[in-house]
Amino acid sequence: MPADIVAFRRIVSEYGIGIVFILELALFSVLSPHFATVDNLLNVSLQTSITAIIAVGMTFVILTAGIDLSVGSLVAFAGVVTTFGLRLDVPLPAAYVLGIGMGLFFGICSGGLAGLFVTKFRITPFIVTLALMTIWRGAAFVATEGRPIWELPEGFAEIARGRLFFIPVPTLIMLTVFGAAHFTLTQTRFGRYVYAVGGNLEAARLAGINTNSVLLKVYVISGVLSALSGILLASRVNSGQPNAGLMYELDVIAAVVVGGTSLFGGKGTVLGTLIGSLLIGVLRNGLNLMNVESYVQQVVVGVVILLAVLLDRLRKGH
Amino acid sequence: MSDLLHMRGIVKEYPGVRALDSVDFDLHAGEVHCLVGENGAGKSTLMKILAGAVKKDAGSILLEQKPAEIQSPIDAQRLGIGIIYQDFKLVDELTVSENVLLGQEPQRGRFLRLLDKKRERERVREVLKQLGEDVDTDIRVGQLSAAKRQIVEIAKALSRSVRILVLDEPSAALTDHELRNLFSIIRLLRSESVGIIYISHRLDEVFDIGDRVTVLRDGAHVYTAPVRDVDRKSLIRHMVGRELDQEYPKAVMERGSEILRLEGISTDFLEEISFSVFRGELFGIAGLVGAGRSTLAHTLFGAGSHHRGRMLLDGAEFSPKSPQEAIQAGVGLLTEDRNRYGLILPMNVRENISLSNLREVVRGLVIDRAKERSVAESYSNQLRVKAPSVESAVETLSGGNRQKVILARWLFTQSRLLIFDEPTAGIDVGAKREIYLLINELVQKGVGVIILSSELPELLGMCDRIAVLCEGRLTGILTRTEATQEAILALATQFPVEAHAG
Repeated sequence: MPADIVAFRRIVSEYGIGIVFILELALFSVLSPHFATVDNLLNVSLQTSITAIIAVGMTFVILTAGIDLSVGSLVAFAGVVTTFGLRLDVPLPAAYVLGIGMGLFFGICSGGLAGLFVTKFRITPFIVTLALMTIWRGAAFVATEGRPIWELPEGFAEIARGRLFFIPVPTLIMLTVFGAAHFTLTQTRFGRYVYAVGGNLEAARLAGINTNSVLLKVYVISGVLSALSGILLASRVNSGQPNAGLMYELDVIAAVVVGGTSLFGGKGTVLGTLIGSLLIGVLRNGLNLMNVESYVQQVVVGVVILLAVLLDRLRKGH
Repeated sequence: MSDLLHMRGIVKEYPGVRALDSVDFDLHAGEVHCLVGENGAGKSTLMKILAGAVKKDAGSILLEQKPAEIQSPIDAQRLGIGIIYQDFKLVDELTVSENVLLGQEPQRGRFLRLLDKKRERERVREVLKQLGEDVDTDIRVGQLSAAKRQIVEIAKALSRSVRILVLDEPSAALTDHELRNLFSIIRLLRSESVGIIYISHRLDEVFDIGDRVTVLRDGAHVYTAPVRDVDRKSLIRHMVGRELDQEYPKAVMERGSEILRLEGISTDFLEEISFSVFRGELFGIAGLVGAGRSTLAHTLFGAGSHHRGRMLLDGAEFSPKSPQEAIQAGVGLLTEDRNRYGLILPMNVRENISLSNLREVVRGLVIDRAKERSVAESYSNQLRVKAPSVESAVETLSGGNRQKVILARWLFTQSRLLIFDEPTAGIDVGAKREIYLLINELVQKGVGVIILSSELPELLGMCDRIAVLCEGRLTGILTRTEATQEAILALATQFPVEAHAG
């Protein structure tokens, strides 16, 4: 192989998707004068935060060679549950605790249920979470009779609209979640077990790891983070929408895979997922700024996903 | 005997390695030519080139003196070359006849080309009859034993009228009886002028079935001779490239205290197994495939199904319900298939060593990398693991070194009883001895060791006592002086009479 190709391969394999992301930023900076402004970039981070937080949970699940299709429906139902709690007849601070607590608790329960079916009853994650996906979506419509829940306490909308040192609160929450997830995966025993279970389930069990507990936990993490996203989304639209988060599962899986996590489990990082999420978010934003029609956008996003995964193949030298 | 195949100056390079360095190989019609060599010697690569699965970089192939261009498996098939890989290439969900004629299904009808299932079945029955085999043609291949699947593979090759048949490690999954059956099929094919290339790790088989033998080492051809002109020792010398001192370095040790006692252990499969294992001895467990060796190992390790009966570890009640509990009690299992049940292949050496005892290297919540690294380094030095560093991926290690990594894992958990299921399966002759020496060291240090093996010479060469299983029952325990190949086989085939009546 010629030397320049070898060098190219080395750079690609070390920085991978990060290079593509930087090229993307540079490209849009040149193409649109409105792109590289502080306001716009903060805006992108805000728009990306909802799916990126879910993508963190999805990364845990996919690292164990599983999948969680229920995340989009969870976003809707957790939003509905939270807004329902907010309208209960209790004093304001308590209503917040109750509403948000109920939303998160629901996420934990849904994840626990998925984990239970995957571990105890040995049903493939795809089927379990596909069923939960339709169940929660249907439940959200049943609970709201198909109508959004409005008339929420003042200030709920401020969560998603609020800023701390100029940075949108959802962006800060997203960064915190990524930081915590990165720490967990790289520094703790549980993180190591997630990789071991995904790398070789049976070998992990025979090495004395409680594999069922690890699997249960990753689905709970995915559930609770989806619920958190659902609450943030409800705050952003200041209502509980039964059709919120439609097709999010696919956007999220795309972000995780573009970020280099293997669907076969055992390989991947949340750092990759962050870049994968931002890459897709920036792409949508950039195309919007350039007034590209939304139908065309879908095509472009699909093509970029294919190219990114192709790059990953190249990186592994196939 | 006419010359069937000539491979001349075959070269194959992979990035960084020369897998085959100008290798010559030939085959006559109606002979069994054995191909031996250590892992990585190039046997499989050479055969894959012949089968069109891998492209050669240089060299030529002559079939009956005519140059043959083999670019793909389809070319190889057309030229009458059949290869049976160790992990069979059959479709489990299809029936025997569908598998045998896969890709050459008979069809009927002029406009609608429908599958002619009747003719398919007839053709397959004919081939099976030719092999003297009685296999149900309508059964799904997934339900067949390894031996029957192999017969389906051979039938598949025969239905494509092969002139050359390559068998890659055909004995790996077979019992002795099934192997003898395979040999009679091979002899039958030989008498019909098929040229057979037989790859095996087990040298006994070379002497049983081979007419000629070729040794490859490090991608080069080192030796070819008629089997009757060579002996085992010189064959090993050619394979390893140096004189091996002793295949089985048995150390004599003093028997110590009882470490493990089984009293009437039964599971769904095992029946009333009782024995004791002592420190300072190597305890072997023999038995045919399906006799219950691995079931017993899994029960001892808490990874099997529910058991009845009593187990004592150093005199204390021991009844593990999970591998976790067994490990906490100080038991380690080195599984038969290391890649599937032992190692986490995407992880590196350090992570594989520390996996079962991470609590020893965490500080608060956080894994202490430096400590983890120094632990991994100290065990991998102690066990002489050959890897560039403990940060190397285990995927890049040889079979022997992979086994050492698992052993390091169990030493780090301070195991007092180690169970080796097929300790040297897939490990080179030279590296086997290393493993035996390490096992000796463990026994000397007072660790209890149990070896389960299907290789009788290994058990006979290393163990002080050998327990023999047959269909889930313990049929006898032989001391080193009593144990012979015949005595073990007699116990291993002591089937209960009533089980086979009617």
